[in-house]
Amino acid sequence: MPTIRVSANGEAALETRDVRVRYGNNEAIKGITMEIPRKRVVALIGPSGCGKSTLLRCFNRMNDLVPSAAVTGEVLFHGENLYADHVDPVEVRRRIGMVFQKPNPFPKSIYDNVAFGPRLYGRPPDLDDIVERSLRQAALWDEVKDRMNDNALGLSGGQQQRLCIARALAVTPEILLMDEPASALDPIASAKIEELIQQLVEHYTIVIVTHNMQQAARVSHYTAYLYIGELIEYDDTNTIFTAPHEKHTEDYVTGRFG
Amino acid sequence: MSERAIIEVARGAGGGAPVASLRGARSRTAKEAAIGGLLFAAGAVSILTTVGIIAVLVWESLAFFRRVSVAEFLTGTVWTPLFVPQHFGVLPLLMGSVLVSIIAAGIAIPLGLGSAIYLSEFAPERLRRFLKPVLEILAGVPSVVYGYFALTFVTPLLQPLVPGLQLFNALSAGIVVGIMVLPLIASLSEDAMNAVPRGLRQGAYALGATKFEVATRVVTPAALSGIVASFILAISRAIGETMAVVLAAGMTPNLTLDVRESIQTLTAYIVQVSLGDTPFGSIEYQSIFAVGLLLFAVTLGMNVFGRWFLKRYREEYA
Ligand SMILES: Nc1ncnc2c1ncn2[C@@H]1O[C@H](COP(=O)(O)OP(=O)(O)OP(=O)(O)O)[C@@H](O)[C@H]1O
Ligand SMILES: [Mg+2]
Repeated sequence: MPTIRVSANGEAALETRDVRVRYGNNEAIKGITMEIPRKRVVALIGPSGCGKSTLLRCFNRMNDLVPSAAVTGEVLFHGENLYADHVDPVEVRRRIGMVFQKPNPFPKSIYDNVAFGPRLYGRPPDLDDIVERSLRQAALWDEVKDRMNDNALGLSGGQQQRLCIARALAVTPEILLMDEPASALDPIASAKIEELIQQLVEHYTIVIVTHNMQQAARVSHYTAYLYIGELIEYDDTNTIFTAPHEKHTEDYVTGRFG
Repeated sequence: MSERAIIEVARGAGGGAPVASLRGARSRTAKEAAIGGLLFAAGAVSILTTVGIIAVLVWESLAFFRRVSVAEFLTGTVWTPLFVPQHFGVLPLLMGSVLVSIIAAGIAIPLGLGSAIYLSEFAPERLRRFLKPVLEILAGVPSVVYGYFALTFVTPLLQPLVPGLQLFNALSAGIVVGIMVLPLIASLSEDAMNAVPRGLRQGAYALGATKFEVATRVVTPAALSGIVASFILAISRAIGETMAVVLAAGMTPNLTLDVRESIQTLTAYIVQVSLGDTPFGSIEYQSIFAVGLLLFAVTLGMNVFGRWFLKRYREEYA
């Protein structure tokens, strides 16, 4: 299977080795080995239920929160296995942030939402700056700078999602995991998120799950195609969408099934 | 039965009209009206009862206040309605109730909230499903049992630890009333926390929050309205609690902050007079309505305060 190899020159942000996830007796991820290059956008695509979200949650140990989930294999981050005994999942999640499908701002002020993460690690003296920087990075600053104390739930869906991105950026993660971040948004808000991803990738490594082929083609450098827990093909986005090696991939991206 | 046949039958039920009519069946409309009327009546009974109770309280209190001034009642520090010279200063009773409620709240709020946080955020699902009904059963134990428990167990247990603790004392009463309302707080607060959307928790975990931080910084604030409601309900119950307090704290009107002494609460006084042979229409008889009215005002005040507090501090999720 063609795959992306970057570890030779030390550019992998994440590397998985034979990762398997079972929910009880159901094996949802069946041994996936892949590398996520630094400061690139990697899209995970595949039919519903193929394990995209499950795989994504392995990258920051969010699967720990699912009582029935059992993960085996290795996920290497700076050469260290995230699933090693001594690794603290709380620290992992601080370094590897996540944005969810449904915007989930806290029912607090806009400011408090962004400040939430930094406040977990003490009282940073430059909190105002962190909040402003994060909101600017999330392309939300101009829209909210005069209403920082308003409740975040008063924002539109698209604004809420960018707020969630700002909130994740405020703890300066190295990697941002996004699980269908635009699927609950209208086309304009969705386009804004895509634009934002393209800006963020200058500083962050991004892994995005999407059901939208055009979106994957527009925003990502590399695309991984999953099918029933297996990595079928992983290559340059261009290759995946124009000249995939696997027939299965081709059928999926051309909409012949799924 | 084929789809076609079902349609035929449905038409038949509609009164045999050849084309299905949108007119509702008469009998159903009448039945719904009757059900609506019954439900309204059920609601009306409870509202009318409440109005009636308040009316009686106010009416009898007015008679009392024609003989004892409101100022004397509310500011007087001696309460001796059953001896000569009679004094009707309600402060000793009010203090008794407040003292017991503060002790009870001091026990029930931290322990109840702690249990709720444990159950909702830390306990494994199976343990939670076992403990929740247990809490609800505890909340149903008759209060006289708690009074007995205070008198025969808590006080003897405390006596070596608290020098000067009398047989009847406010401390034991407050402790058992606290234990009594604790399940209420734990259970209602847990309900409120459980209702907080999972997405909020995940959002916090994904930022590197610990379980404890998720519980205290996200779940508790988001569930605050339910939590505060449980506090208010619990304190209202503590103030209104009667049997446990009579048994544990005795019947000595006593304007004191010393929790080792016997006191009398507002409710205990009402019981004392109601069970005695006070003649109908006497000032002692009327005094229990004034005390009852005060009790009602205190509980109402708590609720108003609770609503105000919620309006100010609530973090409402969508
Ligand atoms: N919490 C869970 N408990 C048990 N099984 C689960 C759980 N979450 C996911 N699964 C199962 O794991 C498999 C992969 O699910 P996953 O949510 O990762 O798929 P997905 O590719 O993200 O799908 P979608 O595109 O619909 O979001 C499915 O068979 C699903 O039923
Ligand atoms: Mg998914």
